[in-house]
Amino acid sequence: MIVAKRKPLDEIKEMLKPYNKILVLGCGSCVAVCMAGGEKEAGLLSTELQMAFEMDKTLPPSGGTPPGSAKQIDTITILRQCDREYIDEVKDKLVQYDAILSVACGVGVQFTAEVLNGEKVLLPGLNTTFLGATKEPGMWVERCLACGDCILDETGGVCPITMCSKSLMNGPCGGHEKGKCEVDRNRDCGWVLIYERLKKLGKLELIKDIKLPKNYGAVKRPDKIVHEAYQVVGKEEVKK
Amino acid sequence: MSKLGEALKSGKFVITSEVGPPKGINMTSCLDEAKHFGEKVAAINVTDIQSAVMRVGSLATCIKLKERGYEPIMQMVCRDRNRLSLQSELLNAAVFGIENILCLTGDHQTLGDHPQAKGVFDLDSVQLIATAKGLMEGKDLAGNKLDGIPTFFLGGVVSPGLDPVELQIIKLEKKVRAGARFIQTQSVFESDKFRQFIDKVHSMGINIPILAGIIILKSVGMAKFMNENVAGVFVPDNLIKEMKETKDKQAKAVEIAARIIREVKPYCQGVHIMPLGWGHLVPEIIKQAGLSLTPM
Amino acid sequence: MEFEPNILAFCCQFCAYSAADLAGSMRLQYPPNVRIIRLLCTGKVDPLHLLKPFQEGWDGVFVAGCLEGECYFLHGNLHAKQWVNYTKKLLKEIGIEPERLEMFNMSAAMGTKFADTVREMTERIKKLGPSPLRGTEELKNRRTEEQVTDK
Repeated sequence: MIVAKRKPLDEIKEMLKPYNKILVLGCGSCVAVCMAGGEKEAGLLSTELQMAFEMDKTLPPSGGTPPGSAKQIDTITILRQCDREYIDEVKDKLVQYDAILSVACGVGVQFTAEVLNGEKVLLPGLNTTFLGATKEPGMWVERCLACGDCILDETGGVCPITMCSKSLMNGPCGGHEKGKCEVDRNRDCGWVLIYERLKKLGKLELIKDIKLPKNYGAVKRPDKIVHEAYQVVGKEEVKK
Repeated sequence: MSKLGEALKSGKFVITSEVGPPKGINMTSCLDEAKHFGEKVAAINVTDIQSAVMRVGSLATCIKLKERGYEPIMQMVCRDRNRLSLQSELLNAAVFGIENILCLTGDHQTLGDHPQAKGVFDLDSVQLIATAKGLMEGKDLAGNKLDGIPTFFLGGVVSPGLDPVELQIIKLEKKVRAGARFIQTQSVFESDKFRQFIDKVHSMGINIPILAGIIILKSVGMAKFMNENVAGVFVPDNLIKEMKETKDKQAKAVEIAARIIREVKPYCQGVHIMPLGWGHLVPEIIKQAGLSLTPM
Repeated sequence: MEFEPNILAFCCQFCAYSAADLAGSMRLQYPPNVRIIRLLCTGKVDPLHLLKPFQEGWDGVFVAGCLEGECYFLHGNLHAKQWVNYTKKLLKEIGIEPERLEMFNMSAAMGTKFADTVREMTERIKKLGPSPLRGTEELKNRRTEEQVTDK
């Protein structure tokens, strides 16, 4: 899933300053699972914002800061902000607000903005961080860099591109110590993980080959994928 | 072949040392340090943006050393350049007649003085060696022909003190296969552990000149710092005790370094002395280790 | 007139709620500033439950669950502790003193502890003063009505 983290409240408040009628738009998929932007978190954020703006109003203006104006903050959560059909369902409501604070990943924010096509301001409530898995309740860990050229078959199912902080392909650097990475001594060295996994699998010879430089051109960023079934009678073809 | 290559080929015990380029363009102290030992060692390493702290580049410093008649070893790390830039820098070096290239991964950018920098690591150290070897064969990484073919004497590094040692040796073997002609090691303080490492290397059938890394131990604080923070380096208690009890730290540093050199000498083809600012001691270390002061 | 805080308590029915009952039976005196909401388990509290009272102008909130290790649902009180700590951070972000929110643990036999807890929270909130969000006329009216109906 895509893992994200909520932006600091002050940063969000600053973004929202010019707007009075605000919608916090939650996303019910990845960011709901990682407890950053689902229905619950969207509700919590809008309550926090209401309280914070209310505080600004009650506190005497100090240091030249004007007191906050009355703001209306509502919440809607849709199943996915990366699928047009879900955005279309609420589009009529979205356009009624001055600004939409999307607590989806960067994909969701951009795609909702794309659908609204300049009709309304879209603001990001989260910092999108990585592709990860749930390691334990409340903890998510990065596991894939979406390089477009998977080599997990050669490394015992541990990705050197992701799990090695330097994405090395032919073994560890000289910075690991007691199985931990030089960048953070609490983090496992990806190459020690690969070594141990391959040893268990009895396939250590897999890392004895010299791996050629990676094809970083495998993904032509920003990339596009069209399913083969759609290539023949794809939308573009039909238009022609 | 480079002078370093010839020295190693001759079978003589080879001594190299090292300088770090400055932050800013005042090269005086860096070149002065080289002056202390420049004529007494076979070659001088120049670090490449060492510890990810921004400074003068390796190539510029190598050129300065070469102008003064010293034999430079240009270190190259994979952190700051992609494959275009790395290959180009290799050609730059060759244009200036710099042949000795030591390929390393490089410390992670977050550990340096620009922790927000984007790390590159487009190639790793094995791939960099193989790429340089490819240039020597007249082809770049994409397979295009070169007009004018460079010559390099390529080296790699290994850290004998790291666990699992098998993983270190697997990578070492890859470096040799990729085209490395000499190997420098991380700093050695325990000669018996070093010997065990060399035995393992030989038992894997790897045959390449290895230069044991020797860091000049300056103080107890430095020893403790390295034990806690530098991966693969371990200063044993007896050395820390010796440093603690001595009145003349520089004399003791020389004595310890010379002793380690004598102890590791039977198991390697040379030593690489890292003076870390105490370059003036290098000649005395060489003397006390019972080695010749005329390398060539 | 001295400031009388309004404090909301989320109490687990197996411990703190019974402890409150016991405090009554024991005829223990404690400040009348607390309104109690009974929960099946404190594991049910959500940051939104803890935040909303503050939004509505309450001066303090506490959660009282079973002693650690004695939750009827194994970890409910530990979850509550996590969420209380998290909500404290949210309050701080908003600009409200996190001390206005607290987690307590007690057993059903601890009537005295319940009374002490109420006393402690009342004192604490009195020192902090009214919540910055204690506010609108509408709220004040609503609260008076509630107090009337309580009687």
